[in-house]
Amino acid sequence: MLMIQCPCCGATAEEADFHCGGEAHIVRLAGDNDADADLGAYLFERANPKGLCFERWRHQYGCGKWFHLARDSRTMEIFGVYDIKAPAPPAEIVAEARRRIAARGLPEHSNN
Amino acid sequence: MSRYSIFSLARNAFAQHRNWQRAWRDPEPKAAYDVVIVGGGGHGLATAYYLAKNHGVSNVAVLEKGWIGGGNTGRNTTIIRSNYLRDESAALYELSRRLFETLSQELNFNIMFSPRGVLMLAQTEHEARGYQRTLHATRLNDAPTSWVDRKRVKELCPIVNDDRNARYPILGGLWQPRGGTARHDAVAWGYARAASELGVDIIQNCPVEGIDIEHGRVVGVRTGKGAIRCKKLGVVVAGHSTRLADMAGFRLPIESVALQAYVSEPIKPVMDIVIMANTVHGYMSQSDKGELVIGGGADSYLNYSQRGSWSAIEETTRALVETFPIISRLKMLRQWGGIVDMTGDRSPIIGKTPVGGVFVNCGWGTGGFKATPGSGHCFAATLSKGEPDDVAAPFSLERFSEGRMIDESAAAAVAH
Ligand SMILES: Cc1cc2nc3c(=O)[nH]c(=O)nc-3n(C[C@H](O)[C@H](O)[C@H](O)COP(=O)(O)OP(=O)(O)OC[C@H]3O[C@@H](n4cnc5c(N)ncnc54)[C@H](O)[C@@H]3O)c2cc1C
Ligand SMILES: [Zn+2]
Repeated sequence: MLMIQCPCCGATAEEADFHCGGEAHIVRLAGDNDADADLGAYLFERANPKGLCFERWRHQYGCGKWFHLARDSRTMEIFGVYDIKAPAPPAEIVAEARRRIAARGLPEHSNN
Repeated sequence: MSRYSIFSLARNAFAQHRNWQRAWRDPEPKAAYDVVIVGGGGHGLATAYYLAKNHGVSNVAVLEKGWIGGGNTGRNTTIIRSNYLRDESAALYELSRRLFETLSQELNFNIMFSPRGVLMLAQTEHEARGYQRTLHATRLNDAPTSWVDRKRVKELCPIVNDDRNARYPILGGLWQPRGGTARHDAVAWGYARAASELGVDIIQNCPVEGIDIEHGRVVGVRTGKGAIRCKKLGVVVAGHSTRLADMAGFRLPIESVALQAYVSEPIKPVMDIVIMANTVHGYMSQSDKGELVIGGGADSYLNYSQRGSWSAIEETTRALVETFPIISRLKMLRQWGGIVDMTGDRSPIIGKTPVGGVFVNCGWGTGGFKATPGSGHCFAATLSKGEPDDVAAPFSLERFSEGRMIDESAAAAVAH
């Protein structure tokens, strides 16, 4: 069970109050004349990392707002939350995540 | 290898069961194979068996990073049915269900197929209409299914709550009398034993850590037990499919999430069919030991930990206590999770990849146990020919860019 603090309203609650919107920072296609393969990749292919991951979450049964969250998909540890408008994870959150993953003796990502 | 029979049982009983042979060989890996299969779950082992049996390809290794059947194969709730909506799915799942009917005899291993019947409850008007549509589809696809009314539901399973004032009252159900369950470990062990006898090497504790590619074609894998060369590679690793694709340098339309199940303390027989209540997200059957085997919807986010959330268990329990009020005071004994490989249309991916000689069989998500024999059957054909066979062909990876979905997600919210 994840305990999440919403950066929009400040409330801390169990994951049941939130909704996961999946992988973050997927870059939108131009929108016209996209090749089929690009469209298929954009809609369905995912990095699906085992380790550090960045996701969009929504405070569904709270303030209703979207935000970003950094997490480890092996340990479920949450490293931080940040603004939904950020085009990429902020440097300080990435640094904090790397520090805490290394402290557990894990690589940033693993395949097994 | 000696055959299992009433006579071998008697013979071994007189010898105090000290002379049983091991069920499959435990070899060291050879330097090279014609086909290497990554993943010793039911699907990987079935693929190896049919490669040797149906296609005469027995220079095959199955590489499993843990123990065979230790992934989703040994963690699922074993529901078997074939009443899917789409023609492509019905062909695949009904092929599989038919193979289950005679699998114990075929493998000379009791896989305990129990065609006790699977009943999917309709608890909203919308769901009832959806199942009527599925019913007509299954008639066309020769996967016999019928519609039963509320009274018949109560006869088939007296412990269901048929109160008309329930939040989700029972309106009827979709009934597949030859659906049921099988012993999941036995399916893995049976295929392993039969494949091993035909010359397949089953190598446990052997994680694949890298894939070697030359000029766009696979030439081998790097493993915890050294490098192994191969002409073809079959990747059958469920929740870890994108990890193996990463090693080979391509991407897959798959997300890995946890799916949980749990069992109650054993009680006297209370139900002799499988019931699925998809509107409220819960399903239940009773094991031979008397435990109620319970499952529900998947957790909703990326997870490789083989542990799920308490909130998912609460949701399932809430649904089932409403549907089966007698379970409200049962104690639960064990709970576990598996990492399932979800695709956008909730249908599997079977076939070629962008890398020459690398084939995938994945995306079975929450419902691939029932498909184990059929999946192995058509993936073996695909691997031996290098081209998908008729059953596998619609499930190609390209369907996601061609927009040719095999949409089972709308057909059944919980697709076991
Ligand atoms: C709780 C739960 C309930 C379910 N209920 C049902 C049900 O009622 N009916 C139904 O039909 N389906 C059900 N399913 C789904 C079903 O279990 C799966 O779809 C099916 O078992 C998948 O089989 P598999 O052989 O593809 O995968 P697995 O059995 O998971 O096998 C994959 C294997 O690959 C190995 N592996 C991974 N990475 C590597 C590597 N790098 N090197 C070597 N080996 C590797 C893993 O260790 C694993 O043993 C359920 C699943 C779960 C988790
Ligand atoms: Zn909020």
